[in-house]
Amino acid sequence: MEQVSKTFEKLGGVNLLPIILGAVAFVLIGAPSSWVTLTVAGLAMGMMVFLMASGLSLVFGLMDVLNFGHSAFVSFGAFIAATVLGGLSGWLASDSIALNAAALVAAYSAAILFGLVAGWFFETVIIRPVYRDHLRQILITMGAMIVAEQTILAFWGGTPYSVPRPHFLEGSWIIGDVSIEIYRGFAFLLGLAAFIGLYVLLNRTRIGLLIRAGVEDREMVESLGFRVDRMFIGVFMLGSALAALGGAMWAGYETLITPALGAEMMIIVFIVVIIGGLGSIEGTLLGALLVGLMSNYLGFLAPKMALASNMILMVAILLWRPNGLRPAVK
Amino acid sequence: MSLLSLNNVKTNIDQYAVLHDVSFEVAEGGVFVLLGRNGAGKTTTLRSIMGLWKPSPGSIAFRGQDITGLHTADIARLGIAYVPENMGIFGTLTVDENLVLATAKGKIDSTRLKWVHGLFPALEKFRDKQAWSLSGGQKQMLSVARAIIEPRELILIDEPTKGLAPSIVEAMGEAFREIAENSTILLVEQNFNFARKLGRDMAVIDDGKVVHAGTMAEFAANQELQDKLLGLSM
Ligand SMILES: Nc1ncnc2c1ncn2[C@@H]1O[C@H](COP(=O)(O)OP(=O)(O)O)[C@@H](O)[C@H]1O
Ligand SMILES: [Mg+2]
Repeated sequence: MEQVSKTFEKLGGVNLLPIILGAVAFVLIGAPSSWVTLTVAGLAMGMMVFLMASGLSLVFGLMDVLNFGHSAFVSFGAFIAATVLGGLSGWLASDSIALNAAALVAAYSAAILFGLVAGWFFETVIIRPVYRDHLRQILITMGAMIVAEQTILAFWGGTPYSVPRPHFLEGSWIIGDVSIEIYRGFAFLLGLAAFIGLYVLLNRTRIGLLIRAGVEDREMVESLGFRVDRMFIGVFMLGSALAALGGAMWAGYETLITPALGAEMMIIVFIVVIIGGLGSIEGTLLGALLVGLMSNYLGFLAPKMALASNMILMVAILLWRPNGLRPAVK
Repeated sequence: MSLLSLNNVKTNIDQYAVLHDVSFEVAEGGVFVLLGRNGAGKTTTLRSIMGLWKPSPGSIAFRGQDITGLHTADIARLGIAYVPENMGIFGTLTVDENLVLATAKGKIDSTRLKWVHGLFPALEKFRDKQAWSLSGGQKQMLSVARAIIEPRELILIDEPTKGLAPSIVEAMGEAFREIAENSTILLVEQNFNFARKLGRDMAVIDDGKVVHAGTMAEFAANQELQDKLLGLSM
């Protein structure tokens, strides 16, 4: 047993889990072409969920703040992007890739901008008065989420809202008998780029060093002369913007969205953050990929289990590693 | 004027009054030792100085400037460093990263680093290791090194010898003596034999109050007073 666990650690430890999951699924699914389709879908979903979850993880890690309103940024990001895309439908339908891309950039920029501004407002007005008080954090941030959901209902109505996709991301790449939806490939690559950017920020810059240290021991960083509270607002805004971007991408992935989207994603996002280990973005990525792959594989293999799959995954992982797969603090 | 002065400091943690009335003066230079039984309020005193707990009422002055209401980070910037009881090491960062973090501008002065490595050679040897993997003694060295990687006027150190092997305690004492040539150390200790060799001035705190203050030479010579104030716990 000890030998097994040593070899496991040497080969990459918990980083192997998505690969093991993929291998098991390959055997169970049998058909390689279905497996590729599901895997790409799972990776794309994982990357979008990562964007939604990374901010939550850092916010909790750095300031011990539980923000149940985080999913409001996801829903608003989705609806704002959908509205911008709807308004630019002429550009989307055009054969010009430049116009297609411009519409997409406009939609994502609007979502990100909203995330930054709303994140600033949320941190200053709602979170700041309840630092260090978990019960009031839960109550007030849940309250904020309800207000957000009702606001979306008031502006966009309760019927499913359709999200146009740019022409150049429609359709699939066909390689042999394998078909890969272009939008999924695109979502995966964009999410990956965001992860790399975040990773470099946290691991190669001074501000990143301070954030990582603050996640471990905020008081000590302050005792060394740094205002963690002032760094925190920046982290909060960044996390909100990433969540809004995740929501915007998710809208294009689903193509039909409802105001319930925030609450649905919130459960997944919390599971991902807990599985990954609070405060660590590598852990969050790992958790997000596992959840994305698991949902897609089980949705194919045992559709009735798909809803429960994330919960089962969380329980199994917490029994094995109570602090999550890659906790930020050792 | 003394470097640091605490005047009738009272600190509550939640609704409990932990410090009732703490007053003492730390003169510039050398090692000032704060003694006291377990639970007497030594750590709370250091945390109050750092602004991690807020005293009320009472005031704390550094070089004559009232620092009572300041943010911890601003207190640190005035030139006060803190080596907490739990060492406050950033385990997922490397030894070097822990040190870089403690500099105001993100750059370590190379002469200064050489000096610190001279005091604590293990920190040079393991500079690229993640700090969680260090031994207890090495972590303590790193915590002290972080406090002196840039010149600081006052260094608060909380029970640095707890749980360390005698040879490491010895090295730590040597390092403190050298550090105290250019800074002032406010040292909290339970290990009286260690503290008596270093301290010039001292105070004893008991149940949240200062019960004795004077020179170390005088206190060390008075066995009766030691028994009375420090009891068997020392
Ligand atoms: N965070 C806290 N919450 C409640 N009580 C505390 C806390 N920290 C310390 N105390 C209490 O304050 C008293 C003094 O503690 P402390 O300053 O840590 O003592 P010392 O460092 O001298 O051993 C103790 O009785 C302790 O139980
Ligand atoms: Mg103590």
